[in-house]
Amino acid sequence: MNMSLVKKSLWAGALALAMCAPLALAGGKGVKVGDAFPELSSFGLEGKLPDDLKGKVVLVDFWASWCGPCKESFPVMEEMHKKYAAKGLVILAVNVDEDAAAMKDFLKDHPATFTIVHDAKKQLVGLVNISSMPTSIVLGKDGKVVSIHKGFHGKETAKQYAKEFDELLGANQASQ
Amino acid sequence: MKKLVLLTALGGLVLGSGCATVKPWQRNTLADYKMRGDRDPLAIAMDEHIYFSREAASGGRGVGGGGCGCN
Repeated sequence: MNMSLVKKSLWAGALALAMCAPLALAGGKGVKVGDAFPELSSFGLEGKLPDDLKGKVVLVDFWASWCGPCKESFPVMEEMHKKYAAKGLVILAVNVDEDAAAMKDFLKDHPATFTIVHDAKKQLVGLVNISSMPTSIVLGKDGKVVSIHKGFHGKETAKQYAKEFDELLGANQASQ
Repeated sequence: MKKLVLLTALGGLVLGSGCATVKPWQRNTLADYKMRGDRDPLAIAMDEHIYFSREAASGGRGVGGGGCGCN
């Protein structure tokens, strides 16, 4: 067979596969520590967002009803909410279930007093492009990402939360 | 010749479109109990017995990519 023909065919195949690569890697560029977190009101999240997040430390947690570690994380987040809400912490749990009914069933078994919204269109989670379920992101009072917690690892994560909130909210109070 | 190049490109496109990345928040169905490889302990024990007695092989049944994929 003509070698140039074989080469051209191989190049054509490689080009076609390369054209498919962006489809497979589709997703937002994600956020990293130090980035300003996207404006939450622009993603059509279902549920009531907190009125004013300016000057607040925010924990944005992406969760789903089918995710085992998310079940473990809820009591810890509830504890954090009770302990730090008065000091200026806002916990915003963003549900990524396909079906809102699954989220509601979950919440019957795992009641929470912090804010819960449903990202039905997957726009926010797609932009943030989380790499694990659950993922929680701590935002400082300037709205920038302070830390990203991939997964939930029980007491270890709880300890990290408490340390970060003590630091961020302690500094917040001292500056006021 | 052009036909072959075109066919190769089309073939690549068709094969490439079969690849998809499942994002962590899209694993709802994969996380279902029915998708678990270890949902029937008796069937697993029988399979293990067959592999062991016929092939002297055991273990190595784990498969990446399924399930909740959490943490």
